Amino acid sequence: MTEASAAHELVDRLFREESGRAVATLIRVLGDFDLAEEAVQDAFARALEVWPVQGVPRNPGAWITTTARNAAIDRIRRAKRLVAKTEQLGRDVALDSTSGGRWGEEMTQTDGIDDRLRLIFTCCHPALAPEAQVALTLRTLGGLTTPEIARAFLVPEVTLAQRLVRAKRKIRDAGIPYRVPPVEVLPERLDAVLRVLYLIFNEGYSATAGDALVRRELSGEAIRLARIVADLMPGEPEAIGLLALMLLHDARREGRTGPGGELVLLEDQDRSRWDRAAIGEGQQLLDRALRLGRAGPYQVQAAIAALHDSAERPEATDWREIAALYARLAAISPSPVVELNRAVAVAMAEGFDVGLRRLDALAGDEQLAGYPYYHSARADLLRRLGRSAEAITAYRVALALTTNEVERGFLGRRIAELGGARPN
Amino acid sequence: MRYLVLIYDEETANPSPAPPDPEQWAKTMGEYNEYTALLRLRGAYEAGEALQPVTTATTIRIRDGLAMTTDGPFAETKEALGGFYLIEARDLDEALELGAACPGAKYGSIEVRPIQELPSA
Repeated sequence: MTEASAAHELVDRLFREESGRAVATLIRVLGDFDLAEEAVQDAFARALEVWPVQGVPRNPGAWITTTARNAAIDRIRRAKRLVAKTEQLGRDVALDSTSGGRWGEEMTQTDGIDDRLRLIFTCCHPALAPEAQVALTLRTLGGLTTPEIARAFLVPEVTLAQRLVRAKRKIRDAGIPYRVPPVEVLPERLDAVLRVLYLIFNEGYSATAGDALVRRELSGEAIRLARIVADLMPGEPEAIGLLALMLLHDARREGRTGPGGELVLLEDQDRSRWDRAAIGEGQQLLDRALRLGRAGPYQVQAAIAALHDSAERPEATDWREIAALYARLAAISPSPVVELNRAVAVAMAEGFDVGLRRLDALAGDEQLAGYPYYHSARADLLRRLGRSAEAITAYRVALALTTNEVERGFLGRRIAELGGARPN
Repeated sequence: MRYLVLIYDEETANPSPAPPDPEQWAKTMGEYNEYTALLRLRGAYEAGEALQPVTTATTIRIRDGLAMTTDGPFAETKEALGGFYLIEARDLDEALELGAACPGAKYGSIEVRPIQELPSA
């Protein structure tokens, strides 16, 4: 590899890792999201010019932040000249009052709080629409481009760009603060942050067809951001629990699809393809979270994932313990979907007919009626009980509710298998 | 920053409001007096008023130089503006905290809007 292409690769990698940090610091100092983002982009463009010639600096991250700061000053000066040229008399640019004299020591942390933590709480402020929280977090902290985010969430680029503009305008005009919330509102605000990260992870993890690479990147980004929050808030068990949950699920990613990209169910997966290092780290994190003595939904879900991950063969899965954990989850965070998962775990632990009775008891739930996994879970239990005709009917309902091609393929195969079987 | 705390409720929107129950009325007034006192204590109070029900409203529009005056509000809504406070707050978090403390939050809904500060002429 040539010196130049090595520098190129380093810049690409650094951008993902360091742009969020630089943007976060510049927003604090400048009080301006757009200016901060543009200045950081300037700095990375400059790195691409300078590093291949002069070599990579000793501390590339600090170089980026300093260069971005200088780029911001240049932009402010240019903006001022423009104002002078257009002869806007009297008033100086508003930028001057927010940026003048606040450089220098303010670039470094003064209160020991990482700027990225401030930024993530601002991006996930409940006064912003949920989809704007997600987009803003990925854009500012993740350094994803607007087209990348639009592609990942299957929304038109224009829509996403407008969403970002509106959110940034609201942060500025409505006075959304740039800080880690005070202790009296911290629990609910941290919940919002974790919810956004979990949503990003799920969007990347769900087997939805489309750009697999973008999806993998989304999950990776969610893990990276969850790691930052967990590292910066080591006393928050749910933050650690969420990171553990993500790692314990992501560890199975390679096993979830077959050679043709088809969906492979948990029990049919080649467990040698699971990422043991990720599982080990997830379990360690979960232990650390649980030791803090405040279990919450993420920790319980991580514990369930850890039980699946630690079973060497599907038959070795501790379904009784999993069913008990779902009961616990249902108690602290009740939802029809939790009841659905609980019924499946009970079916595996106590018998398919017991689980099926639980599922049938949920039949009246409106949310589940339109939820394909309810019908496919029912179909699966009917299939295992040998009630093929009913299973086919339930699989057909699930198929009608599913848009994802990978999952449709799976359901179609199941129906075909059952249709081929002779009635007994 | 300054924010307008807008208080919306169903009773204000009611086309035939029932005469207020004196006991309930006194209780509500007491709550609002306490709230106003809280805002003053925090140095947040700038102004605040209650409005007469929406049945007393008149809407005016001028189109092509002609004034059109109609009875009531333009659109029928479930909740209508029943009163407001103008407050001073450090940021949106403080404004939302003060907004949530408004008695109307328990009956109707509170909208918190930043004031657009225009340069004085």
